[in-house]
Amino acid sequence: MKLSEQLLSAKEIAVGIKNKTFSATEIVSDTLGRIEKLDGDIHAFLNVTGDQALLRAKEIDEMVSKGEDPGILAGVPIGIKDNICTRKVATTCGSKILNEWKPPYDATVIEKLRSQGAIVVGKTNMDEFAMGSSTEHSAFGPTKNPHNIKCVPGGSSGGSAAAVASGMVPLALGSDTGGSIRQPAAFCGVVGLKPTYGLVSRYGLVAFASSLDQIGPFSRDVDDSVLLANAIMGHDPLDSTSLDIDTPPIKINSDGGVRGLRIGLVSEFLEGISPEISEAIERACKYLDAGGGQVESCSVPSVKQSLSAYYLIAPAEASSNLARFDGVRFGMRVDGKNAEEMMVNTRTAGFGDEVKRRIMLGTYALSAGYYDAYYGSAQKLRTLVIRDFESVYQKFDVLLSPTTPTTAFEIGAKIDDPLTMYLSDVCTIPTNLAGHPAISVPFGYDSKGLPIGLQVLAPALKDDLTLKVASYLESARENAND
Amino acid sequence: MTEERYEPVIGLEVHCELRTATKLWCACPNEFGGEPNTHICPICLGLPGTLPVLNRNAVEYAMRIGTALNCEIKPSKFHRKNYFYPDMPKDFQISQYDEPINVQGYLDLPTGIRIGIERAHIEEDTGKSSHLGKSGRIHAAYGALVDYNRAGVPLVEIVSAPDIRSSEQAKDYVSELRAVLVATGATDGRMEEGSLRVDANVSVRKGPDAPFGTRCEIKNVNSLRSLVRAIEYEIKRQIEVLEDGGRIIQQTRHFNEDTLSTVALRSKEEAQDYRYFPEPDLPPISPGEAWINKVKEELPPLPPQRRAKVKEIFGTGDDGQIITLVEQDLDGLFLGVLSHGADGEIAIRRLLNEAASQIEAARKLDVKDFAALIGMEKSGKLSATQCKAVLAEMLESGGSPLQIAASLGFEGMKSNELEEVITQIINDNPDAFERFKAGDEKVTQFFVGQVMKATKGKANGKSVIEFLETKKS
Ligand SMILES: [Zn+2]
Repeated sequence: MKLSEQLLSAKEIAVGIKNKTFSATEIVSDTLGRIEKLDGDIHAFLNVTGDQALLRAKEIDEMVSKGEDPGILAGVPIGIKDNICTRKVATTCGSKILNEWKPPYDATVIEKLRSQGAIVVGKTNMDEFAMGSSTEHSAFGPTKNPHNIKCVPGGSSGGSAAAVASGMVPLALGSDTGGSIRQPAAFCGVVGLKPTYGLVSRYGLVAFASSLDQIGPFSRDVDDSVLLANAIMGHDPLDSTSLDIDTPPIKINSDGGVRGLRIGLVSEFLEGISPEISEAIERACKYLDAGGGQVESCSVPSVKQSLSAYYLIAPAEASSNLARFDGVRFGMRVDGKNAEEMMVNTRTAGFGDEVKRRIMLGTYALSAGYYDAYYGSAQKLRTLVIRDFESVYQKFDVLLSPTTPTTAFEIGAKIDDPLTMYLSDVCTIPTNLAGHPAISVPFGYDSKGLPIGLQVLAPALKDDLTLKVASYLESARENAND
Repeated sequence: MTEERYEPVIGLEVHCELRTATKLWCACPNEFGGEPNTHICPICLGLPGTLPVLNRNAVEYAMRIGTALNCEIKPSKFHRKNYFYPDMPKDFQISQYDEPINVQGYLDLPTGIRIGIERAHIEEDTGKSSHLGKSGRIHAAYGALVDYNRAGVPLVEIVSAPDIRSSEQAKDYVSELRAVLVATGATDGRMEEGSLRVDANVSVRKGPDAPFGTRCEIKNVNSLRSLVRAIEYEIKRQIEVLEDGGRIIQQTRHFNEDTLSTVALRSKEEAQDYRYFPEPDLPPISPGEAWINKVKEELPPLPPQRRAKVKEIFGTGDDGQIITLVEQDLDGLFLGVLSHGADGEIAIRRLLNEAASQIEAARKLDVKDFAALIGMEKSGKLSATQCKAVLAEMLESGGSPLQIAASLGFEGMKSNELEEVITQIINDNPDAFERFKAGDEKVTQFFVGQVMKATKGKANGKSVIEFLETKKS
């Protein structure tokens, strides 16, 4: 699919609307038109809220005409992953069990977006309850990769990544529990940031694994991710894990490039990666070197065990978080002879296989007699990962790795092999265990024309550093065109 | 008697609702009653995406309770207790598990016995289901209604050591614990409204040196009386099983108020695995020295101190009466009345016998008015019966006893009027009066009754008898 070259960035849209170069209504109409044209093939959206978006656009236009400032995202259309609660708009989590449930409240991020003038145009497809790496586990059918519709867009935020990559929207929100923003960003050739845990409120994000989940932006360029991150960051009294600190807006000064930055190339993340991605890493190292960065190889030994720790902790938390989908208060209900049977029937019919697999895994990991061996050991490993990162960050400002070991795979290729599917998150999972920020930034294509994503990792609260390095890597694209 | 060979071993788990203004995780009002599902929000309904935020006052109340129970207050954590139940919105309960806020305390009973407190931890309450089935139990119900007003109400669960040795002691423990809890201001301790709930772990063993027997947990004990009955039934049941050569199966048993017996709910073999794990949505609590000290300093006087004070000032008085007085939170009023020079004996009698039935109103009685009332009874201006009637009116609508007595017509009859009435009655009943003169006590009451009837209750019984005595000669 040929992607349009004349797409406006979020920044350009906001400026243009404030300057009355064009109206929010025009922008939203264009956006809805593009979704209409493209989404039949891609299926990035589960629900397009066109009428509400147009109403909101009118409000933004009125504000502008009255000389009011609608905010840093004035009139910018945005897609929202369908596990983020939107008041009176169905929030499905890609699952049948929610049965088009309409939350009575907005997630904190939605309120923040609204207060900055953004316009929600729809809810994006995802692996059911964010469990998956391909968006094939959506109960409503897979999303296709805009670069090749035979391929997956990655997951679980595949709908958001594809919506941005195809140019339907300039921005989208996703959630990242083990790579669910960065991996689809890499597969779809867009920027995806997982902020430091606690920087963005989780209130209204339907929990998968509470200690790992984090909402973050998708955009086509790094600047737009900065813009969106600035709109959604900040302390939220409704989320006890939200960091109670000042979060001044991130500004990246790209003048100095990466001069003087110590950049660690994590050897463990290079094992088993495809040759073309390996080449991309080499090119990136050279480019960083040319920009004055000091790239050196380094080791974070415990990341190798991260995958196993993650696949105990995340399902354990999920098994508890997903208990409330029981047919009693909301969503689907399949009757039974008594309450217990009703719950069993509802959950049996409502959840897909991957969700059931993880609930069972998590239930087992927490069971009496197994807790210490599984959940307990996994927590110890998690501590070890944090310590390993701490020690490597004594020597390095940021770390570099591929986002994924391969580029996008074909739809159906891994669906029957959960373990291989899980391996596509091997480079992204350690960040979630540590609660650190990491970004995926596009860096060229493989021979099949599929995007390659590179990952920049940094210690907690150094989100700006990941964005700065990503911005520099992004500039390689322009330089290559010169 | 075989029962004498066995010693019961009892440990109690007491859940008490904290009287915070709002619930434990959200801003919904924490109020008893209300139309079903009116004190609810997305958070206490456990809707997807919502998160808990800990109510600081609940922590402070829990610390007060810990301090009052001589516990060590420690940094603590929340865990999730996972099990499916329709009245539990999230299908897990947020509770404290291996790191509770209060540990290792004790409660001294008025009898001098010390009962260990293993822990007193914070947790959330569940909603309330009413089942439309026959047995009232969920597994046999064909429909259920759930009221989530109570969901997310803060609770403190107080777990005693297995130090209790009889049903009476269990009752003493709960009474004293309740009085202490209420005195801290952390709870209103109303068993009848379920703001104080008791589960009893009961086992028996052959003598005080034998190892503990297998225990059963008795649930659904809704009053002190039920507690005593449930424990007694359970002790008897266990002894019978053992005497018949059987063994006790560790299980949860439900106390049935109608049959006064306990029935098995589930045994340990089929017991739930709660899959406890640390609550990832809540940071640990570390109250810190300063806060702990502040709570200690601000703790109001507790029942033992209050009882000692009453004893010291009152001088006499029965221990049981003083315990009840403090338990009912009427000791402040009582001491106030004493300081106004009123008669303690009468005051305590009126407080415990009459005022206690309208406890809320009794606590609000004006000290001066109440002292005046007791003074009127003491001086004979009012008979005991009249005093009770005036008190009833004071409790009902307030006001000064003088005015109430006047409005009820109790002002006291002028003695010449009374004498006239009595003379008339004596003349009408000469035989009876002869018997009275001969010392027949029963006839006294007859005369008092007749006088009361004639005066429509206005006469003072004491004065009537005095007059009768003077007519003897
Ligand atoms: Zn609430």
